[in-house]
Amino acid sequence: MIEVLNFGLAALILGLAVWIVIAREAPAAVVGFIVYGLLLTLVWLQLHGVDVALTEAAIGGGLTGVLLISAAVKLRSTESAARAQRPSRSTRWLAAGTSAAVTVALALCVLVLPVPAPTLAPEVVANIAVTEVGNPITAVLLAFRAMDTLLEAIVLVFALIGVWSLAPDGAWGGRPGPLQPADPNGMLAYVARVLPPIGIVAGVYIFWIGADHPGGKFQGATILAAMWLLVMMAGLVDAPPIRRTWLRRLLVAGPLAFIAIGMVGAVTAGAFLAYPQGFAKPLILAIEFALMPTLTLVLGLMLLGAPQRSEPP
Amino acid sequence: MNLLLDLWTVVAVVAGAFFFFAGTVGLLRFPDSLTRLHALTKADNLGLGLVVLGLLPQMESVSGGLKLVCIWLLVLVSGATAAQWIARSLRHSGPGP
Repeated sequence: MIEVLNFGLAALILGLAVWIVIAREAPAAVVGFIVYGLLLTLVWLQLHGVDVALTEAAIGGGLTGVLLISAAVKLRSTESAARAQRPSRSTRWLAAGTSAAVTVALALCVLVLPVPAPTLAPEVVANIAVTEVGNPITAVLLAFRAMDTLLEAIVLVFALIGVWSLAPDGAWGGRPGPLQPADPNGMLAYVARVLPPIGIVAGVYIFWIGADHPGGKFQGATILAAMWLLVMMAGLVDAPPIRRTWLRRLLVAGPLAFIAIGMVGAVTAGAFLAYPQGFAKPLILAIEFALMPTLTLVLGLMLLGAPQRSEPP
Repeated sequence: MNLLLDLWTVVAVVAGAFFFFAGTVGLLRFPDSLTRLHALTKADNLGLGLVVLGLLPQMESVSGGLKLVCIWLLVLVSGATAAQWIARSLRHSGPGP
């Protein structure tokens, strides 16, 4: 029975992927992509990757979906003009051929993988006790491969700087996005008052439980950022001007704390990002605590986009 | 007693599935956006509600059941908001297809 469901899920995903590629209207393709993210979440659940499923639902479906929707809305005015410039037949064949070649190469790579696939999972399970963390994903992300997570956090801050750098000169340092018209009696204002208390508890819970169960700072930060965005979309608060010192400090606090703890490890434990014996769990928690506000701010501000309204210093 | 509870689960989940099915048919077949929204909210509210009510006796812990009910309530809030929002923007942009 479950095989039939899995097969149906795989067929649905493949069909949807084809549909997204051939969809004519950008908004339709974006909606298809969000559904695609939700279906991928189900696939990860079937593969028992609950952590990945949570991330996929929060970031792949939710956050990327909102980003793409706002991009599609901005492109709406130029879309028909762009479609009128139909590329020549040879260009289209070249694009189709290249895409097909990449797909075939990827399929070949997957097929020639040795069975069973080489895995470090047993070593992780054997050494997880050292980190005192119950969730192997968290142990990998913050102890065994902490460098990757550090670089990931830094890349996110860089991405935000990239988004900000699209600001016109006059608006630099100002508030991102257009002013949201507030309707104090509107449905959105009501939800923006009711939902955030629940969302903040859920976000912090997912963050906290990440030490021992599926969850963690990324998924929690996405929920917190969504609550922040909801309040801003309802017009109850305005987006902060990006020149604010507290904002800049919080944005670099996470990666800086991560690097500082890594440096401490270099002195006390003999390697950058190594944790001294017995201090692994408190240090991992400290890193997660420091990264949480940074991630929330980065994810929220990235959706708000480049500053558009100038703000006196 | 167990048999009765299982029977309740089957009946409620099947009824919920029926509402999802009817909502999907409505979404595909109804003539305009407002009636399609109407069909969709039935699937969200009643369909999911019945599925949750049906699954409650199968939960091993009370907190698990409470989480299910919370999920239903959250979907109710978000579904109602999204439907209101879409309907509102439809009204502002005039009658569309």
